[in-house]
Amino acid sequence: MTIETGRRSGVGESVLRPDGTLKVTGEFAYASDLWLDGMLWGATLRSPHPSAWIRSVDIGPALAMPGVFAALTHRNVPGEKSYGLEHRDQPVLAVDEVRYQGEPVALVAADHPETARRAAAAIVVEYEPREAVVDPMRAAFDPDCPAVHPNGNLVRHQPVRVGDVGAAATGAEVVVTGEYEVGMQDQAFLGPESGLAVPAEDGGVDLYIATQWLHVDRDQIAPCLGLPPGKVRLSLAGVGGAFGAREDLSMQIHASMLALRTGRPVKMVYGREESFLGHVHRHPARMRYEHGATLDGRLVYVKAEIVLDGGAYRSSTPAVVGNAASLGVGPYEVADIEIDAYGVYTNNPPCGAMRGFGAVQACYAYESQMDRLAEACGLSPVEIRTRNAVSQGSRIATGQLIDTPAPLAEMLAEIAAMPLPEPVAVQADLRLLPGGVSQTTHGEGVRRGVGYAVGLKNICFSEGFDDYSTAQVRLESLAGEPHVLVHTAAAEVGQGLVTVQAQIARTELGVDRVTVAPADTTVGSAGSSSASRQSYVTGGAVKTACEAVRQRLDAMRAEHPGLSLDELLERFGPIEETREYRHRPTVPMDPVTGQGDTHTQLALCVHRAVVDVDVELGLVKVVELAAVQDVGKILNPLALEGQIHGGSAQGLGLALMEEIQVRDGRVLNPSFTDYLIPTILDMPPMRLSILENPDPHAPYGLRGAGEPPTLSSTPAVAAAVRAATGLPLTRVPIRPEDIALTPASIS
Amino acid sequence: MNHPITLTVNGVVREATVPARRLLSDCLRHDLGLTGTHVGCEHGVCGACTVLLDGEPVRSCLMFAATADGHEITTVEGLAAADGTLSPAQRAFAECHGLQCGFCTPGFLCTVTAFLRENAAPTDEEVVEAISGNLCRCTGYQNIIKAVHRAAELQAETRADKEEGAR
Repeated sequence: MTIETGRRSGVGESVLRPDGTLKVTGEFAYASDLWLDGMLWGATLRSPHPSAWIRSVDIGPALAMPGVFAALTHRNVPGEKSYGLEHRDQPVLAVDEVRYQGEPVALVAADHPETARRAAAAIVVEYEPREAVVDPMRAAFDPDCPAVHPNGNLVRHQPVRVGDVGAAATGAEVVVTGEYEVGMQDQAFLGPESGLAVPAEDGGVDLYIATQWLHVDRDQIAPCLGLPPGKVRLSLAGVGGAFGAREDLSMQIHASMLALRTGRPVKMVYGREESFLGHVHRHPARMRYEHGATLDGRLVYVKAEIVLDGGAYRSSTPAVVGNAASLGVGPYEVADIEIDAYGVYTNNPPCGAMRGFGAVQACYAYESQMDRLAEACGLSPVEIRTRNAVSQGSRIATGQLIDTPAPLAEMLAEIAAMPLPEPVAVQADLRLLPGGVSQTTHGEGVRRGVGYAVGLKNICFSEGFDDYSTAQVRLESLAGEPHVLVHTAAAEVGQGLVTVQAQIARTELGVDRVTVAPADTTVGSAGSSSASRQSYVTGGAVKTACEAVRQRLDAMRAEHPGLSLDELLERFGPIEETREYRHRPTVPMDPVTGQGDTHTQLALCVHRAVVDVDVELGLVKVVELAAVQDVGKILNPLALEGQIHGGSAQGLGLALMEEIQVRDGRVLNPSFTDYLIPTILDMPPMRLSILENPDPHAPYGLRGAGEPPTLSSTPAVAAAVRAATGLPLTRVPIRPEDIALTPASIS
Repeated sequence: MNHPITLTVNGVVREATVPARRLLSDCLRHDLGLTGTHVGCEHGVCGACTVLLDGEPVRSCLMFAATADGHEITTVEGLAAADGTLSPAQRAFAECHGLQCGFCTPGFLCTVTAFLRENAAPTDEEVVEAISGNLCRCTGYQNIIKAVHRAAELQAETRADKEEGAR
């Protein structure tokens, strides 16, 4: 079923990006490209220790260098000393102690970036290293573990209790248990953190910045600068990818402090190594699952313990824990559930938002369990999932009713029916074999495997958050033609939101010429470009504001039936309306039972992965990745497919190669030489099927689409590698040695 | 010690005085103001900083500006025609949604421009091999492959038109 919206270049069409031309000519101004005459360059001195007391900081050597204009420490923070997304626990600059490697300690502004870097390095800091808390299990459960923060190491414990697992366990005929681990993934956007802070005549600051959420940045920056929010004005500069890593602040306050101190514009750009140390990552997870079922593969109970390592500061860890708990059994009908999800502080790198947000880790574990259960029951992976699949009318682990279409069984049937790729001949072109030209055999050890996985993701902010967006829409006559100007603060981070906003305005107002104004804080908050929510919430705000404009226009037309649209606008002037849009309210999870209608929308994605594994060399080549996703309503087919491709690639990366390796609290691989993301050689052709079963509560019936593919692609690839090797593979990313050097594979 | 250098960038003779260790990428971006060339990893892995040196793709973050003295450089800003008409590769990446955030795009465009000059009608395998040294984090590469094939088509059409015009 589809909703007809049919307007040329309106909703439902593959309208091209308005910024596409600027991006192919090199004119699009990313935050790192900004330039003002006379500007200074900022640099950050960071802690080399994961945990230490600071005994002294001497900025004298930096200030003595020619070309240096300022060197600042926590003593120079004009207002609040700490900030944070949900809770202010992160110092702007370290105060007497550091809690992770890479924590900012001091700042420098100089007339050249190289001078600024050298000056920062010249600052003398006397550290007294202390024991670092690096084991999240110890942080969670050992009462003798040192505390990273005064209130202890537990950030959030969220239980889910449904029915009676103890009683249910006696009725289970098959029980499978497993322990799983997910490594620390990085968002690895290509455009590093950067921004330009310009001191203003009113004592405030204008900040041009690559971010995901202008207003929450402003609300964290202003108190630390000791300024009212109105004096901190943010404009979105070009964003080179985000994927969650720009939801927390990086250099925003630092650049502003340096600009206010020196009275000069200050630009900061992180290098790649600093970027790895300067933003939050995906929480690594340790998970223990127990699934009980009947002999014919129907789930009886699920028991799980999920420990998420939040690192040194809180960031969005509480919400990530909420997702892992509420979505912890996946899209399956289960009568009895016992989940305990924990987020803890350690002295590891801080973790926060990344595409999939807590649902990714749980999905890898519960899908691995479903495959174990399938094997124990003698069923196929598709059959075990189909037998337990939710549908409209089911309840998820929180007791929340799925009151919109959720055709999981149909999606599984569709993906299972897709044709499989041909096997690769043994004497094939080396480039077709795992490892490509690095292959040192002739493919004698190559085995093929096929794996399936499904995922369940919440869309928009959950648990009672006042999640809204604001849109200002102005219909006017420009050069004798009607024109629409759409203004929101929503961050275009590459996902294509600018395109969608214009499509909605064309559809709602029937006007071809639409401009989307640059995003800034002169209009109300749009909320974050995260949680797959912008099409829904900012799309909803633009639609609502357009409807308000149309209502006024209709009244004018009724009064003056003889006038054309342009004549009306010429005579009576522009029509402008601003509207806020909110989705259905949600409630926090019950602190004891985890129950409640905590999510506003649920989305499903299904993947099938086909891999060739060289079991002797431990090399994996993904041959094909297929996906079926229900998006409710396709707003822009081309852009949507791009989101599914990209999200699937990031899931593939987590399955096979992406991990920030942390030893004793220190990052071992902060570079693209050592942190691997998929190249075009790693990414197979994709086969997509996109369904449109509308959600009547959402604008146009749409369902958020950016994150769900990142959930299911990881366990699908892992399942395919298991199918090829027969190995349990309980940890992602799967490394070559996990395949080639395990006792099972050697024997 | 600073060195005077002369580069022909996008057909224009440009002079700069640079320290011996100034990277070509920094010289283009900071000394010459051509910020279309992006720096993603600073050590030759991501390919975002790829430019054409005498027509051949090079990583401008792995080359000193002084080494490029006397050479011709084409950056993303120089791919379009003088009248602003987009090159086949530029048009194709925009039309096929071969970009999202677009940060990697200038590097891809320079790589693809050189590749299609050598191989005007590539197979899928040849395309994949040619651009395997450029990282993209947004697209999953599917539409980039389409864009390269589309660029080859557009290039062939443009050439046919030119030959037609020459007759």
